Amino acid sequence: MPASITRRKLMAGSAALVATVALPRAPSASPDALAAILKSILGDKTAGVGRVKLEIPELAENGNSVPLTITVESLMTATDHVKVIYILSPENPSPDVARFHLGPRSGKAKVSASVRLATSQRLMVLAVMADGSAWTTGQDVIVTMSACIDSG
Amino acid sequence: MRTARIVCPKTAKRGEIVEIKTLINHPMETGYRRDDMGQAIRRDIFKTLAVTYNGVEVFRSEMFPGTAANPFVAFTTVATETGTLEFTWTDEKGVSHVEKVQITVA
Repeated sequence: MPASITRRKLMAGSAALVATVALPRAPSASPDALAAILKSILGDKTAGVGRVKLEIPELAENGNSVPLTITVESLMTATDHVKVIYILSPENPSPDVARFHLGPRSGKAKVSASVRLATSQRLMVLAVMADGSAWTTGQDVIVTMSACIDSG
Repeated sequence: MRTARIVCPKTAKRGEIVEIKTLINHPMETGYRRDDMGQAIRRDIFKTLAVTYNGVEVFRSEMFPGTAANPFVAFTTVATETGTLEFTWTDEKGVSHVEKVQITVA
């Protein structure tokens, strides 16, 4: 008797097939790429956790445009202010998403923007202050429809 | 043809922190996508948005393929004096789009 094709086998096989022929997707950045960027920003220093707040939806239906707001605790004076805010993605093809340059004339450290997320990930924000210190935060985002992968 | 939208108060008190919102139409093509023929679609993005207030830079945004199409950004600045805010978006080829907004500070 020939090997029977059970429903279970068929389903398992189909799932494997789907997994292998899934839409071609851009490669995500290697952890090295993110590490290299962090190294170029921070040198040998480490970023403290805190002072930075990232507001982004926990569930993003469409990764092509995800709104976010970043605020950093800072007096924004001539000596004590945020110089640069970095948005970094561990899972996008390139970790750099956007950089915002602020200064004492910003008044407060608050920036909103919209970003692309290739897949679910923990988005990272890094703020570098005038005194050279750096502060970071992260937020998990689940992306149901990814960006960067669709053709046409 | 680019169409930029800028929301900025026309008047402000001296020292007031005003919020400015900007939006410009641009595909922000990532360079990672392929067309129906399988050919890579050339990357085409705005690299920077620089904002000056009476000639002094008060905000700058650097953009990458991870920035969404039709890039939106909102930021704040201190209303220091009556004058002009100039917004310059520049793409990878160095082509710029400039918009100007007047603000009256009392």
